[in-house]
Amino acid sequence: MVRKLPSKDVVIIGLCWTGAILAHELTDEGLDVVAIERGPWRDTASDFPPSYAPDELRYAIRGELFLQPKQETFTFRHKPNEMALPIRQFVSFLPGTGVGGAGVHWNGQTWRFLPTDFNLKTHLTSRYGKDFLPADMSIQDWGITYDELEPYYDKFEYLCGTSGKAGNLNGVIQEGGNPFEGPRKRAYPTPPQRQPYGPTLFAKAAIETGHRPFPQPSSNLSQGYTNPLGVTLGECTFCGFCERFGCGNYSKASVQTTILPVLVRKSNFEARTNSEVLKIEKDSTGKKATGVTYIDASGETFFQPADLVIVCAFMLDNARLMLLSGIGKPYDPVSGEGVIGKNYSYQLTSGVTAFFDDKIFNPFIASGAIGMMIDDYNGDNFDHGPMGFVGGGYMGMGQTGARPIQTRPVPPGTPRWGSEWKAATAQHYNSTISFSTHGSNYSYRDAYLDLDPTYKDTHGRPLMRITYDFHDNDLKMSGFLTDQLASIVNAMGAKQVVKSPRKGPYDTSIYQTTHVCGGVIMGEDSATSAVNKYLQSWDASNVFVIGASAFPQNAGYNPTNTVGALAFWAADAIRTQYLKNPGPLVQS
Amino acid sequence: MTSLPLTRRHLLAGTSSVLALFSVTAHARTYGAGTGLPWEPNGGEPPLPINPQGWLLFTPAEARMVEGIADRMIPADTLSIGGKEAGCAVFVDRQLAGWFGQSTRLYMRPPFMNGLPTQGLQSPNNPILQYRTGLAALEAIAKKQFSNRSFTDLKPDEQDSLLKDMEAGKLEVPDGYSSKAIFDLMLQNIMEGFFADPIYGGNKDLASWKMLGFAGTRYDHRDFVDKHNQKYPLPPVSIAGRARI
Ligand SMILES: Cc1cc2nc3c(=O)[nH]c(=O)nc-3n(C[C@H](O)[C@H](O)[C@H](O)COP(=O)(O)OP(=O)(O)OC[C@H]3O[C@@H](n4cnc5c(N)ncnc54)[C@H](O)[C@@H]3O)c2cc1C
Ligand code: SF4
Repeated sequence: MVRKLPSKDVVIIGLCWTGAILAHELTDEGLDVVAIERGPWRDTASDFPPSYAPDELRYAIRGELFLQPKQETFTFRHKPNEMALPIRQFVSFLPGTGVGGAGVHWNGQTWRFLPTDFNLKTHLTSRYGKDFLPADMSIQDWGITYDELEPYYDKFEYLCGTSGKAGNLNGVIQEGGNPFEGPRKRAYPTPPQRQPYGPTLFAKAAIETGHRPFPQPSSNLSQGYTNPLGVTLGECTFCGFCERFGCGNYSKASVQTTILPVLVRKSNFEARTNSEVLKIEKDSTGKKATGVTYIDASGETFFQPADLVIVCAFMLDNARLMLLSGIGKPYDPVSGEGVIGKNYSYQLTSGVTAFFDDKIFNPFIASGAIGMMIDDYNGDNFDHGPMGFVGGGYMGMGQTGARPIQTRPVPPGTPRWGSEWKAATAQHYNSTISFSTHGSNYSYRDAYLDLDPTYKDTHGRPLMRITYDFHDNDLKMSGFLTDQLASIVNAMGAKQVVKSPRKGPYDTSIYQTTHVCGGVIMGEDSATSAVNKYLQSWDASNVFVIGASAFPQNAGYNPTNTVGALAFWAADAIRTQYLKNPGPLVQS
Repeated sequence: MTSLPLTRRHLLAGTSSVLALFSVTAHARTYGAGTGLPWEPNGGEPPLPINPQGWLLFTPAEARMVEGIADRMIPADTLSIGGKEAGCAVFVDRQLAGWFGQSTRLYMRPPFMNGLPTQGLQSPNNPILQYRTGLAALEAIAKKQFSNRSFTDLKPDEQDSLLKDMEAGKLEVPDGYSSKAIFDLMLQNIMEGFFADPIYGGNKDLASWKMLGFAGTRYDHRDFVDKHNQKYPLPPVSIAGRARI
């Protein structure tokens, strides 16, 4: 029995960064909004207070705040001719659950994409010619420009209070900032965080080798800050339990520390937790959503009618909900037709470790996003003509916290246990630092999502199947980045420098990032994209799908600033255009 | 924790009904509609400091073996106490007795198939079964190779040679198991015990954190972040708020 509830103006699936931004914007417009979240309510005082937030075993190893695979997981294979098997425990990426989503336990590295990332296909083919791109590479333009998105990047950064140094203010390059970034209208809301020893040494070596280092933009705040909603964040204390943890100090931007206190006070907003949306329902024309069906923790099923359905469920779940609901044509890798599930992409990261004898780094004095980076080798910031690959990434030294269950660097060849292991561990813990590259991942015809034919979730619905592997272009790109990084690190005078390039095939048993992208991509053409430039479904105009699911391919940056900007951008389009005249905002 | 009032949670922590804590089910709830931030007293779920007395899961013989293995993986020397004294076996016992031991939070639906290593964990056998199987295999091989002596009676270098065989995947184990996978699991858990917060039963007196120079859960390093290349001056603290447990 499905219980039908009174209708709402808007139903939002997922109460996370995107869900909360949309909820805030649309309730400001006077709409009656309900957000349905499959996980529990989470708040600083009850879920990660300073007294027990710094618990590596509980949060980083056992993953207390992450989605439990028992509730939902995905299956994985490298190529269409392999058998996909379920990801039984999450390692490679760590989906969030509960109020705040993965934004509770993110690092706070808050990057903008480059202007050329948005018109990527046009830009690369006009600079290098059509034949320069691998034949099976399926990159596309976004249908939106950097300049269009700039005011919304600004909005997200000012919501978060992001700490950083502008590199390009209205076209004027700023000393000490990222000279490659697109022009920004105003400075970051707060100055950069102070840097520990390691990043400082890296910056020095980067300058000596002809690069232009700058502090990584960080939503771990350098000072107290009150955002435009009137919510105040505190100063980050470099606690070193940031990535994979909630922040006990109200210093890391999250839904909890930026929006929720205002949102829950609104009489036209309601959140339902421990309630999982099963399906977006459609009317008889199939062109309009009527609401969502969801099941709550007691097992009762409800139908929540709504005029607008906003899908904010993490990129993989956005694509899965579209497939389960039959909105948009599923992608077919053979014909290349169809759109839902198309262009799944990831992130190619790699590392370099430097062992010193004579330095003390105190690697546990850390935050999720402090560090010094260079952007000289990102996107198309350098000439790819002689390289034989496209793409790039940022690199540098971020000190994210050497919590000892996970971080105990020892030189290669050290045994994993016994006296020799212990001696090496004690010797190197405090005198070793690690550097990383954060590379792009362009999309390919054979990297996609569909519904698994074998494995089911607790409700008997098919799991999402990921078909994905690294391609030569991207591995070459990552190898190049690793070499560039190592040559800077070599200038630092370490006793030993060890490179860890990313190698294929893609391995789900190694943590890389939770930057999974694509599946419900945005674009100019309804034949090649699932949503238009306003993230509105081409197939059902009262459905908007917000998240990294919209990225046609991934750039050499972390996604969330762009995801947040797209959320504000879509909200603005709904407020100023859609509500006046509900229907497609772009004719297909 | 004796100065705190005894709550239901603390009472349970001392008994074998510790498992019951993990079966608390979530309830759907509605928030907002102008009510403000929901706040309820004692809404948090603080971790439960374990009571080190006795074994919840291991038999006494299994426990002695795990203690022996912990002492070979983390030998006592001038750098720190050994794995046994640090409480690693107690840690593993309590972890196995909780949800971790039964893979309760993992996706454990069939069909189970042998995948590629890049497809991650695919075994239907949970950690409890892995330990039971691995320890039995280790004991059997000890008796076979060393004239009927128990693993715990072997000399350290004899134990090491068996553990190295196990690590290399050379120990005979029943179908569906891999001695390398069991070894890796034991190594992972024993290291977790040694380096985790001592409230979970290992890392006695913060032995490993002192050895590394890790500050533990101090949570505020603003005074020290830009004191470059200087030794951090303070001893570590645990979640329980002190340097000794
Ligand atoms: C360890 C870690 C570190 C990270 N660090 C960074 C970083 O430094 N910089 C950066 O840019 N990004 C980072 N990220 C990524 C970042 O967290 C995500 O980009 C961001 O949280 C995405 O926000 P979202 O709103 O799209 O969705 P999510 O945060 O993924 O939330 C989706 C929400 O939808 C809910 N949901 C899903 N399905 C349903 C359903 N069927 N019914 C109801 N609810 C549902 C989920 O429970 C969840 O709460 C990191 C991620 C992780 C895990
Ligand atoms: S490092 Fe800073 S922002 Fe991150 S959890 Fe700690 S105090 Fe919060």
